[in-house]
Amino acid sequence: MSDVMEFEGNKDNISTKAYLEEAVSQPEISSLASVASHHSAPGSQPLGTGLEARGVHAWFGKHHALADVNLDFPAGTVTALIGPSGCGKSTFLRTLNRMHEFIPGAAMAGEVLLDGKDIYEPGTDVTKIRLKVGMVFQKPNPFPSMTIAENVLSGLKLAQLKTTNKDDLLEECLHRAGLWNEVKDRLKAHGGSLSGGQQQRLCIARALAVKPEVLLMDEPCSALDPGSTLKIEETVRQLIESVIVVIVTHNMQQAARVSDYTGFFLSDGGPGQLIETAPTSEIFSRPKDPRTEAYVTGRFG
Amino acid sequence: MSTPTSVPLQSEIPPARAIILTRRLSDRVFRGVVTAGGFVSLIVLGLIALFLASRSIDIFKTFGFGFITEFKWDSGDPDNGIPPVLGIGAMLIGTIVTAVVGLVIALPVSVGMALFLEYYMPIRLKKSLTMVIDLMAAIPSVIFGLWGFFVLMPHAIYWAKLLHKYFGWIPFLDVQAPIFERSPFIAGLILSIMIIPIVTSISREVFSQVPLDRIQAAYALGATRWTMIKAVVLPFGSSGIAGGAMLGLGRAMGETVAVYLVLNLYFQPNFQVLFSAGGSVASMIVTKFGEAGQLELQGLMAAGLVLFIVTLIINFLSNMIVKRTSRTGN
Ligand SMILES: Nc1ncnc2c1ncn2[C@@H]1O[C@H](COP(=O)(O)OP(=O)(O)OP(=O)(O)O)[C@@H](O)[C@H]1O
Ligand SMILES: [Mg+2]
Repeated sequence: MSDVMEFEGNKDNISTKAYLEEAVSQPEISSLASVASHHSAPGSQPLGTGLEARGVHAWFGKHHALADVNLDFPAGTVTALIGPSGCGKSTFLRTLNRMHEFIPGAAMAGEVLLDGKDIYEPGTDVTKIRLKVGMVFQKPNPFPSMTIAENVLSGLKLAQLKTTNKDDLLEECLHRAGLWNEVKDRLKAHGGSLSGGQQQRLCIARALAVKPEVLLMDEPCSALDPGSTLKIEETVRQLIESVIVVIVTHNMQQAARVSDYTGFFLSDGGPGQLIETAPTSEIFSRPKDPRTEAYVTGRFG
Repeated sequence: MSTPTSVPLQSEIPPARAIILTRRLSDRVFRGVVTAGGFVSLIVLGLIALFLASRSIDIFKTFGFGFITEFKWDSGDPDNGIPPVLGIGAMLIGTIVTAVVGLVIALPVSVGMALFLEYYMPIRLKKSLTMVIDLMAAIPSVIFGLWGFFVLMPHAIYWAKLLHKYFGWIPFLDVQAPIFERSPFIAGLILSIMIIPIVTSISREVFSQVPLDRIQAAYALGATRWTMIKAVVLPFGSSGIAGGAMLGLGRAMGETVAVYLVLNLYFQPNFQVLFSAGGSVASMIVTKFGEAGQLELQGLMAAGLVLFIVTLIINFLSNMIVKRTSRTGN
C-alpha cells in the first residue's frame, strides 16, 4: 500500500468530475456498423490531452450490457477497473478503442473523447483510433508465424507506418516492456517459443511500438505467475510517463499496486454500471458506496 | 521411499510392468468397425493396383522404361513387319501441363473468393453464399466442364491470343504456329472451373478457423482488413491452402472429360500451353479404349497404373507439404 500513497501527491491537482450523475435521458442507440450519427454535445469542453468516456452505453443485440459510464483518464495516470465477473469491464474497455463493434449486433451510445475529439464521430479513421489507443489482451496472443522482432514491429506493417530506425525502436520497446534482457540474444526466435509471461510482455512491446497515447489492458496478468505479474506491474508504472494506462483486474492488490485511480463496476441484474470512481487509496480505505466497500473487502455476495 | 544414495543392485530393479487397457465393449465394437473400414479401403486400393499391374506386366516386359519416356503410340503392323511402339511420355507431360495450368488459374481465384466470402461479405449474404459454394463443391465436375466447354471456350481463344500477344516472349506462352483452338490452356481453364469450388470450399473452411484473438490483436494494432489478412490469415491458412491446392491438382490430373472434350491427342511433348496440341493420360485411355486391340488394351492398363502411382505420389507430397507448413506456420 505504501507505494500507492506515494502517487497520491500528484493527484490532488487533477480535476475530478462528478461521476455519479443522474442517469441521462434515454440515449439514442447508434448502430456501430454504420458508425454512430450522434453529435457531440454543444459546449463540451475537452480536458486537454487524455481520454474521456461520456455517457457510454453498450448493447449486444438487445442485451443492454453497460449503462451510462462517465469516466475520464487524465494523462500520466493508471486507472484500474474492478468489479465482479460479467459487469461489463471488458465491454467498456472495448468501447474505448472501437473493438466493441467487431461483435455482430453490438451497439453503443455516448461519446468517447480522445484529446477532445469523439472517436465515434462519422468520418473518423478507425484504424488511426486503434493506433492511438492500443490494447493488451487477457490471453497472450503473439503472432506465431513471426519472430520476436517481427512481432514487436508488426504494428508498423499492419498500420502501414514508416520508421527510419527499426532496430532502435525494437530495442526501446523491448526495454520498456521489461523484456529486452531476456530476449536480446534470440530476437529471431519465434514468438511462440517464449513463456506465457514473456509472451505477454512481448504483446506489450508490440502495442508500444506504434506509440499509442493510451494502453488498454484487459486482465493482462490473469494467466501469469506472480513473478511475471510483478514484472508487468513494474512495466505499467514506468509507462505512465508517456501513455495513459487503463487496466482491468480481478486482483485487488494489483489494483492497489499499479493504479492511481480505480473505478468499480457492478451489475445488479441489469446493465453494468460504474458505481464509484476515486483515487485508488480512497477506494480501498474509505469507499463512498457500501457496495464498493463490500466488494473490495471481499464481503461481496 | 528413502532416497537412494547408490545405484541399486540389478536384482532390485523391477521389470517393466505390462500396461493393459481394458476397453469397454462399445469402444471395442467401434474400433473394430473403424479398423475394418480402413482396411477395406486399403484392400480395395491394393486390389486395383494388383489388377492393373497383372494386366500390364507384359507391356513393361516388352517396352521397359520406354513406356514412360517414349513419345509415340503405334500398335504396329505385324503383316508389314512394323513393330509396335507404345509410350505415354507425351501424355504424362500433357497431364502435368494441363493440371498445372488449371491450378495456376484456379488457386488465386479460389483463395480470393474464400477471403472475400469470409472477410468482406456482409454476414447475411455470407451464410447463403458459403452454402452455395459448398454445394457447388459437391456437384460432379463434369457439369462445370460442359459449361466451360460451351460457354467459356469461345472466349478463351480470344484470351489466349491476348496472352500470346503481350506475353509471347515467355517461352511457354509462345506458339509454333498461330493455332489457338484446343490448347492445353483452354483445357486447363476448364479444369480450373472444375476445381475452383472444391479449392474455394477448403480455403474458406481454413480461413474460418483463424483464431479470433489473433485477428483482434491485428486490428487492435491499427490493421486494415487487408494488412490483417496478410499478417494473420494467410500465414495461418498457408498449410490448408497448400493442401487444398494439392487436392485440386490431384483432381485435375484425374479429370478425363475436360481434356477429352478439348484436346486432340498429340503424341509429342508440348510445353507451349497456348498451342493447339496435347493430351493427358486419362483422356488418352478414354479416347483409345473403344477401338483398342489386345496389345493396346494392355498398354492402356499400364497407362492407368502409371496414373494411379503418380496420383498417389502427389497425394503423398501434398501431405508432406501440409505437415511441414503447418509446423512452421502455426
Ligand atoms: N460477445 C458477446 N455477445 C453477447 N453478450 C456478451 C458478449 N460479450 C459479453 N457479453 C455480455 O456482456 C456483459 C458484460 O460482459 P463483459 O465481458 O464486459 O464482463 P466483464 O466485466 O469483463 O467480466 P469478466 O470479469 O468475467 O471478464 C455480460 O453480461 C456478458 O454476458
Ligand atoms: Mg472481461
